[in-house]
Amino acid sequence: MKTRELFFWVMIASAVIIMAFILLPMIQLMTAPSLPMLKKTIRERDVLQSIWLSIYTAGLASLISFVLGTPLAYLLSRAQFRGKGLIESIIDLPIVIPHPVVGIAILSIAGRGHWVGQILSWLGVRIMGSVTGIVTVLTFVGLPFYINAAKEGFEAVSPRLEKVSRSLGASMLSTFFRITFPLASRSILVGAIMCLARAVSEFGAVVIVAYHPMIAPVMIYERFEAYGLKYSQPVAFWLVALCLILFLLLRMLTLYRKKRS
Amino acid sequence: MIRIKNLNVDLEEFFLEDINISIDENQFFILMGPTGAGKTVLLEAIAGLVPVKSGRIIIGKRDVTRLPPEKRGISIVYQDYALFPHLTVLDNIIYGLHFHRVKKDEQKRRSEALIQQLNLRHLLHRYPGTLSGGELQRVALARALIIHPDVLLLDEPLSALDPAFREEIRDALNRLHRLSNITFIMVTHDFAEALSLAQQAAVINNGRIEQTGTIEEIFRCPVSRFVAEFVGMKNCIPVRFNGTNAAVEGLEIETGREWAKEGGYIAVRPEDVVISRRPLHSSMRNSFQGKVTCVRDRGFFYEVVVRVGDTAFTSLITKGALLDLGIQEGIMVWVSFKATAVHVF
Repeated sequence: MKTRELFFWVMIASAVIIMAFILLPMIQLMTAPSLPMLKKTIRERDVLQSIWLSIYTAGLASLISFVLGTPLAYLLSRAQFRGKGLIESIIDLPIVIPHPVVGIAILSIAGRGHWVGQILSWLGVRIMGSVTGIVTVLTFVGLPFYINAAKEGFEAVSPRLEKVSRSLGASMLSTFFRITFPLASRSILVGAIMCLARAVSEFGAVVIVAYHPMIAPVMIYERFEAYGLKYSQPVAFWLVALCLILFLLLRMLTLYRKKRS
Repeated sequence: MIRIKNLNVDLEEFFLEDINISIDENQFFILMGPTGAGKTVLLEAIAGLVPVKSGRIIIGKRDVTRLPPEKRGISIVYQDYALFPHLTVLDNIIYGLHFHRVKKDEQKRRSEALIQQLNLRHLLHRYPGTLSGGELQRVALARALIIHPDVLLLDEPLSALDPAFREEIRDALNRLHRLSNITFIMVTHDFAEALSLAQQAAVINNGRIEQTGTIEEIFRCPVSRFVAEFVGMKNCIPVRFNGTNAAVEGLEIETGREWAKEGGYIAVRPEDVVISRRPLHSSMRNSFQGKVTCVRDRGFFYEVVVRVGDTAFTSLITKGALLDLGIQEGIMVWVSFKATAVHVF
């Protein structure tokens, strides 16, 4: 029989350790709450409200990223200019900043001491403790994921196709909607889902800006603080279930894309 | 009629310098040059797809230099076909009609005619990903022609094809050009392609036009060493002129007339160089004895290199001639060519 090199076993060990590291806590979390407990939790108004709030604020953040980020992502995929690297680093900034700092930073320009805050209050927009505030920080943390995925998608579309389209009479805008966007649509969808998943899981930034209205992660934290592990688990179960569905959707889409190309 | 006047383009990797070309209406014009010479850039400049630094491009009576590509009345076909992968063959073909005001029955008439001419009917509902190279290029041609452009730009449309498809697309190009009154401008690095398709041509090298004229002129009378070598004149020799003679290291080559310059190049096409074992008694004014240094198999022909002093002459002969004359490396032979076969530049 062929004897395996030591490195082979190192690789196997690495796989086993990492799988256990991720899966053991998750399995424990998902199996600890009893079925009646789960049923009872999902019937609670507060829980349902906070999960729904989590989903729709994250969805809005994803939608805003799509609308705001798509033109920039396209620009970055096509144009070469001075300072492009700088812009790309700035886009990645929200990924590296500690989450509570994001919340503090947003609050610090939303206050009356800052001209942005003054404009906002003149417009009647409140960031602190509002759904608007939640959507703002979720967009802040989710945007880089969307822009990077969309940019990659646009980069994969050959500029030659756009050139041909232009030569056949299509304007830049028609070319974008008829050629570039459809061909990059899968990446754009993947980007939007990644942005959504990132936003759903945000806690640190939101808890600074808006403890109430309560999104699901804040509620889980509150129950853990007030009643302990056992009472936070059922809410966590429902949130994780939601994230898993998002994740599976993402995997299915990328797998489908690989098969097609 | 297309006129390009003093055109300058400066991209980072490629540039064009002082390009002047005039192409008559309904011509099949070929732009030749080696890889990286700037042929595609010139094509894209005509199409309005790269920024122009200075100069003018005039198509028909319109100065299009500052117009966007969609307003220039051109179509472009690329070597890699550039079909839209998310559209069916039919949707690819009729893509351009969305942006042109063409009546429904006229649309139908045009697409039917092209589908017929390019034999595409059985492919209409397939996606580009499943087609062969020749089929893809036929679709690309149909897509480009359906908008009835004034000018069709072709960027090495034959290079990526298998030989069998190449013949087919070349015939199609010939036929389409005859049937339409569209000016064709095609880029190629293959002189043989140019010979079989075009009437007029330009040779481009390093972002500059080396020579422009009829194919025959470029083939027979290259104006520079680069063009001579590009069109297959292997025997390019630097010489000094002395009366009607051109002198190079002990050889006196008769050129048939006097030249008003001291130095330059002469070139002789390898198929004009005759090889014999004995001195030939013929009207050929140039005849030299030399040693065969190399015999190369070129498929239908053999390329024989003969050294006369320090000068090498290349001759093309058939396999039959090679065997009849018993030519092999190391033997002494005579090379002969007419004074009229000597091109001076």
